[in-house]
Amino acid sequence: MHPFRKAPAALRTGLGSSCLGSLKRQFMDYFAQQLINGLVLGSIYGLIAIGYTMVYGIVGMINFAHGDVFMIGGFIALISFLVLVSIGLTVVPVILLIVLLVSMAITALYGWTIERIAYRPLRHSFRLAPMLSAIGMSFVLTNFSQVSQGARVKPVPPIVTGGYTLHEGASGFVVQLSNIQIVVVITTIVLLGLFTWLVSRTRLGRDMRACEQDQTMAALLGVDVDRTISMTFVIGAALAAVAGMMYLLYYGLVDFFMGFVAGIKAFTAAVLGGIGSLPGAMLGGLAIGLIETFWSAYFSVEYKDVAAFSILIVVLIFLPTGLLGRPEVEKV
Amino acid sequence: MSASPPASSPAASNGSEPIGAAFILRKAVLSALVALGLFSLMVGVRTEAGQSGQLEYWTRFGELASLVGAVFVGSIVVELLRLWLGPRGGLGSFVPSSVNSGLSVAGRYVAPALLIFTFLVPVIFYNQRYILDLGILVLTYVMLGWGLNVVVGLAGLLDLGYVAFYAVGAYSYGLLSTTFGLSFWICLPLAGILAAFWGVLLGFPVLRLRGDYLAIVTLAFGEIIRLVLINWQDVTGGPNGVSGIPRPSLFGIPLTPGPDGLAALLGIPFSPTHRIVFLFYLILALALLTNWVTIRLRRLPIGRAWEALREDEVACRALGINITTTKLTAFATGAMFGGFAGAFFATRQGFISPESFTFQESALVLAIVVLGGMGSQLGVALAALAMIGGFELFRSLEVYRMLVFGLAMVLVMIWRPRGIVGHRSPTVFLEKSKSISSDLVKEGHG
Repeated sequence: MHPFRKAPAALRTGLGSSCLGSLKRQFMDYFAQQLINGLVLGSIYGLIAIGYTMVYGIVGMINFAHGDVFMIGGFIALISFLVLVSIGLTVVPVILLIVLLVSMAITALYGWTIERIAYRPLRHSFRLAPMLSAIGMSFVLTNFSQVSQGARVKPVPPIVTGGYTLHEGASGFVVQLSNIQIVVVITTIVLLGLFTWLVSRTRLGRDMRACEQDQTMAALLGVDVDRTISMTFVIGAALAAVAGMMYLLYYGLVDFFMGFVAGIKAFTAAVLGGIGSLPGAMLGGLAIGLIETFWSAYFSVEYKDVAAFSILIVVLIFLPTGLLGRPEVEKV
Repeated sequence: MSASPPASSPAASNGSEPIGAAFILRKAVLSALVALGLFSLMVGVRTEAGQSGQLEYWTRFGELASLVGAVFVGSIVVELLRLWLGPRGGLGSFVPSSVNSGLSVAGRYVAPALLIFTFLVPVIFYNQRYILDLGILVLTYVMLGWGLNVVVGLAGLLDLGYVAFYAVGAYSYGLLSTTFGLSFWICLPLAGILAAFWGVLLGFPVLRLRGDYLAIVTLAFGEIIRLVLINWQDVTGGPNGVSGIPRPSLFGIPLTPGPDGLAALLGIPFSPTHRIVFLFYLILALALLTNWVTIRLRRLPIGRAWEALREDEVACRALGINITTTKLTAFATGAMFGGFAGAFFATRQGFISPESFTFQESALVLAIVVLGGMGSQLGVALAALAMIGGFELFRSLEVYRMLVFGLAMVLVMIWRPRGIVGHRSPTVFLEKSKSISSDLVKEGHG
């Protein structure tokens, strides 16, 4: 069905030219394929994890509703895709670009609204209030999409098809790299570059870093703290929308409950990478994606979520600051 | 995002900016525009998988328009309310303090009255099975709420995986009774002990974690337990659950129509209602036990330590309180009551499956504790009654009730973050305390 083309010889020899036994070679093929799948999944987790880590860095709260924002992003991508196709647009890159922009824009509006309604009034409330409000918001979003779009899984036909065969093993196992996987990884890399530039070079990024260090001081020096926090949520939601769209393209389906598990895994990624650290979030996302894929491939598919959740607990016990995080000093 | 300056109004509206019709109208229009953006695709277009698996969609502009209109009108109403309620504007001052103190006086009489009424429920509604069943359900949640209250309300540890202990209790009884034929009264303490053991097991690794992290780890723990229950098919029966769990007996006397049954021994005609009434008093007794233990514990040094831990962990440590044991006992105590409730749930249902122990259940119990006012026993009971009763009242609106539930959680956090009914302040505190309370002191901002 999918017209897989032969990859250039150079690409193929890289994986196949070793003179190991055929069993070992087959193992390598399988490993390479899982590596590709894991990296793609990890990119999606990483995009969501950035939203968690940014919000935690600035406001110091876990945005429990972020997983559901990702789900909303997937839904909006699906709906805008349907509408675009039905009005007669057929050029795939154009469709993808429009869908990307529309879902980013609308989901960003969701992020902004959530912060405005559920979090801003609680900024100086007691310790557990924002977390509980976020849980409530997560319920609102899940059930809003269930009420408005129905409870059934929404499948889409494959939009980006085709790919490359990297290596064909003697036993018939094929290492494939599909176009959609390329799209996911490239989109992630481009967005990550854009985002790093935003945080390190622009005025907004400077404001964000200032707010992260000390909100009161930043306000005294003329940084609009409210606006900066709003923008943090907006950017986080936009990245979650991209993740939602990539999920839709990659798996070909969305449903109203997908935000929960994806959210926890992305949060695990953020913690693993060191919460508050942006490269850490991406690194953690890739790690979680790889661990989950390899766990499914070599151990058991049923327990893949258990593996991901266990990692969260283990990391928090033995490496509470994550891979790239700074140690937190507890102050009274 | 140019909408933010005019929309960030609670601060602006008390201050320099004059509040007039134009301001309110402008804000309402902006809110409506935001709503239009939010709902345009999610509500305006409805997708569904068609017959052949192909996705179809149709438009619902009527609903979209009415929603946007509702937001417009609602925004005007909220602004007018804010204007009417005075310059402070915040809806947090909704209830004047005199009403609050009046409530606390009434609270002294509400609790005994409620207790007497609860005792009389099986007598009054003897023939109305539905009400008895609902009563049992409410009491189960009251018990769960009181159990979680030890962890969240007293010790201030946010536990999002409480349902895990409920599940441990339910499966302990379910499996012990169906596999080894142990009776309910032997399994009840065992279920409590096992749940407490799991509580300690969870407690150990998370001891070092602070509020938010702790919440997520407990959530992950709850999910792990549920996933293991689903996947460990040999032992737990997987998604099919455990069925044929024996009913409880009154100290060995079964509540059956046979000659050994309680009805025959007492010489009265058998009725299935006997069992329901028995279950009602059983869960009432368990719930009251939870309440009694909690109240007694609160007066012990460990209870004081919990409250101190909730108020300020660092100060706690500075005073030489052993954080480890304090947290572990809180976890274990709360988990034990969850285990009791789980065993009761299993014996009442006669059937358990992992579906009963989802995160939603944890969130529901947590919401009961939070809305009732953390640490307040009466508040939790009232919140359980209101919430489970409300769920039953609006059963026909099933799809909307979780939506409303989520909204209620957000709104309560905004308006009365310490709970609707009340909040228990520490049992003991220094009389001449400074006016600043510890929850106002954020880390690094003290």
